[in-house]
Amino acid sequence: MSRCAACKYLRRRCASDCIFSPYFPPNNPQRFACVHRIYGASNIGKMLQQLPIHRRAEAADCLYYEAQCRMKDPVYGCVGLITLLHQEIHDAQSQLAKAQAEIAFLNASSAQEEPPQQQQQQHPAIEPAKQGDPQYYVQQIEAILENGDGPSSLYGPSTATWFC
Amino acid sequence: MVGNSPCASCKLLRRRCAKDCVFAPYFPPDDPHKFAIVHKVFGASNVSKMLQELPVHQRADAVSSLVYEANARTRDPVYGCVGAISYLQNQVSQLQMQLAVAQTEILCIQMQQEPAVPLPMPIMEPNDKSLFLSSNNFNSLPQYLGFASSSSSNVIPDPLKRESLWT
Repeated sequence: MSRCAACKYLRRRCASDCIFSPYFPPNNPQRFACVHRIYGASNIGKMLQQLPIHRRAEAADCLYYEAQCRMKDPVYGCVGLITLLHQEIHDAQSQLAKAQAEIAFLNASSAQEEPPQQQQQQHPAIEPAKQGDPQYYVQQIEAILENGDGPSSLYGPSTATWFC
Repeated sequence: MVGNSPCASCKLLRRRCAKDCVFAPYFPPDDPHKFAIVHKVFGASNVSKMLQELPVHQRADAVSSLVYEANARTRDPVYGCVGAISYLQNQVSQLQMQLAVAQTEILCIQMQQEPAVPLPMPIMEPNDKSLFLSSNNFNSLPQYLGFASSSSSNVIPDPLKRESLWT
């Protein structure tokens, strides 16, 4: 029976109940070398042992991913990626807010130009559209304009969870 | 050594804190938890090697990111920071979809109002960063990861804003 990558690297006998062997197969020595360099074999073993068996594979994969990030970027590791994503979210939210404001403005301009009778004819009982349907956003903004709510009504409650 | 007091790492490791201790500038004695958590996840020896391989002016940031990762790993022993990355990537995708829908809606409204006027191209900024993240230089995120599967809180701290995690 071939030793697992961890036991090969550590030059020791690979026991039948080796904690590493299911997650560090001998055909991928680089995987264990990478996590060992960042975390150390002892820490990896402890972390895996503290988890239920059915979660260990995911944990080993995530540790490998983070170790790779740290080797690529020794200063920031995967934290650099998190910072980048926060910035992307912030930028996308700004763009979305601008786009929604423009929709509201265009709809308001369009409503002002139409005579009242035509507005009634154009708005029969409409079945509410589902979120994701472009018509959903039109209906949301029209409702806001009719109720006279402020710009904050443009954003749903879920945006509260976007910010830390 | 900070003053005459050993740094947090030498206190925890119960050894003499030398004048040129690599940990002392970044692990002051008044914050023992900071070193404890980094030591638990990475190990003092590994942290020391990592710091020694970096130029001095980058070590503070490296320590901060290690503390952040260690905290994330402690909060979520299965996914660690990867859970946060997966969640944030999903947020980015959702926002980009919403943005595309909104920009399409703008085009539709403009077409209805002024069909004869040439329309500007939609402002779809090239999302090179997302392309970078989705097909980045690293191996792909473990495929079974979905944002809903993360056991971490919905609020993912921005490393640059949360002082409790960043230094």
